[in-house]
Amino acid sequence: MSAELLVQNLSLHFPLLHGSARSLKKTIVGNVTGRVSSDGNAGMVVQALRNIDFHLTPGDRLGLVGRNGAGKTTLLRALAGIYEPQGGRVRVQGSLHALLDPNLGMNPDLTGRENIRLRGQYQFLSNAEIRRMEEDVADFAELGDFLDLPVRIYSSGMIVRLGFALATSIRPQVLLMDEWLLAGDANFLEKARLRLEDLVRGAEILVLSTHLASVIEEWCTRVIWLDQGRVRADGNVADVLAAYAAGT
Amino acid sequence: MFRSAWSDLTSAVQLARLSWSLALLDITLRYRGSVIGPFWLTLSTGVMIGSMGFLYAELFQMDMRTYFPFLALSIVLWNYLSALVSDSANSFMGQEALIRSVRMPFLVYSTRIVLRNLLVLLHNVVVVVVVYVVLRKSPSMVGFLAVPAFLLWQVVSLAVATSLGALCARFRDIPPIVGSVMQIAFFVSGVIWQPSQLKGYEHLLALNPFFSMLEIVRGPLLGEVPSWTIYISALSYSAIVIVLSTVLFARVRGRIAYWV
Repeated sequence: MSAELLVQNLSLHFPLLHGSARSLKKTIVGNVTGRVSSDGNAGMVVQALRNIDFHLTPGDRLGLVGRNGAGKTTLLRALAGIYEPQGGRVRVQGSLHALLDPNLGMNPDLTGRENIRLRGQYQFLSNAEIRRMEEDVADFAELGDFLDLPVRIYSSGMIVRLGFALATSIRPQVLLMDEWLLAGDANFLEKARLRLEDLVRGAEILVLSTHLASVIEEWCTRVIWLDQGRVRADGNVADVLAAYAAGT
Repeated sequence: MFRSAWSDLTSAVQLARLSWSLALLDITLRYRGSVIGPFWLTLSTGVMIGSMGFLYAELFQMDMRTYFPFLALSIVLWNYLSALVSDSANSFMGQEALIRSVRMPFLVYSTRIVLRNLLVLLHNVVVVVVVYVVLRKSPSMVGFLAVPAFLLWQVVSLAVATSLGALCARFRDIPPIVGSVMQIAFFVSGVIWQPSQLKGYEHLLALNPFFSMLEIVRGPLLGEVPSWTIYISALSYSAIVIVLSTVLFARVRGRIAYWV
């Protein structure tokens, strides 16, 4: 089955709950006295995404650009199925993996190996797949005997290597990536670049949100410029990046 | 709506191993580095029951041999109920980072809470066994009636962990309310005093959901068959909780990620 990512008229808003907007008291008091305040039942909301449409097929590499708060991460979360949109729909075919938080669920009290197994379970892998992942990560992260010691005592470089190896150990058909993840010492950087490029090449569809124009120029075939939750421009890399550079 | 809630349930069942590892982790990490580890749970419950037992047997003028097994069972079971309810407030709120970075059936989070508390209960059961052995009290065949009741507990626990978790994520005023309700419930549900001490008002106890839920497990283990009113009360309260939780979960499941 080839991968597909279809987004139709996607709209998404966040309720503003925990400021002063809607506490239990206000909901009850408002209902009891019939004096529904101005924010009322619809509540105060932040419109995060409005009427987004696109369709990606194998080979498509989409870059998302936009200022902070433009809705890039929210769009990735909606694509990953974490936020269910209030309007429109998202249809995904093929295995999907979202690299949103590279240190997802990494627990400093567990050993490196335990962390690998736990991550494997988070990604719904079978025992055999987890064993493969364990070898792959151990091999790449070069932790040696440290693999069986708690992450708490790792050097920061070791933690970065483990986190990176974990994040890139799953090879999906549809890859969502929030920021191009690369950090660490120079020697590691070259190796990491190869691994990441390998992962990106292996994915049939890539959606990447980043601030780095160079990364987009190198990897993407299409760019969407998000502005206040709307698609401001959508097209080939050179045009949209030029418009983006001029517009901000 | 109900269909996606159902698929949440079936995929959570497939992920039972993950919930189990997470629950186990919660317990082992809490005690990593300590010499007797999770058996601190056993020890502190034992000390509590030991000290309360002598005091209250004296205060209530009761026979140690009947009061101690009663108190040990009551405290151990009540600790489960009360910890389950207060943990439920956090079943989604405490997992904010995870909920926002992976798509995972929400019932995995509530199963984790239920399994974690089950593990704690298993550690505490040791205290009850010790009390029974020391007092040479042997459980009767009636004790088997506690098995279906305990299974009912687990279903209701999952319902509570899910619906209360969702409510508490939405309304941040609920956790403290839950806390104080549980405190009152401890005193009015016959945990440290025996129902027979109520003299004449015993029948009112069936109205208290905490009492009837407690009694359907505790009674048989003490060798007494709970009355029909207790069973009817426990079953109807359970049905209400399960139905309300199912409807609530089906309605708000898609919103939880926005609330946490």
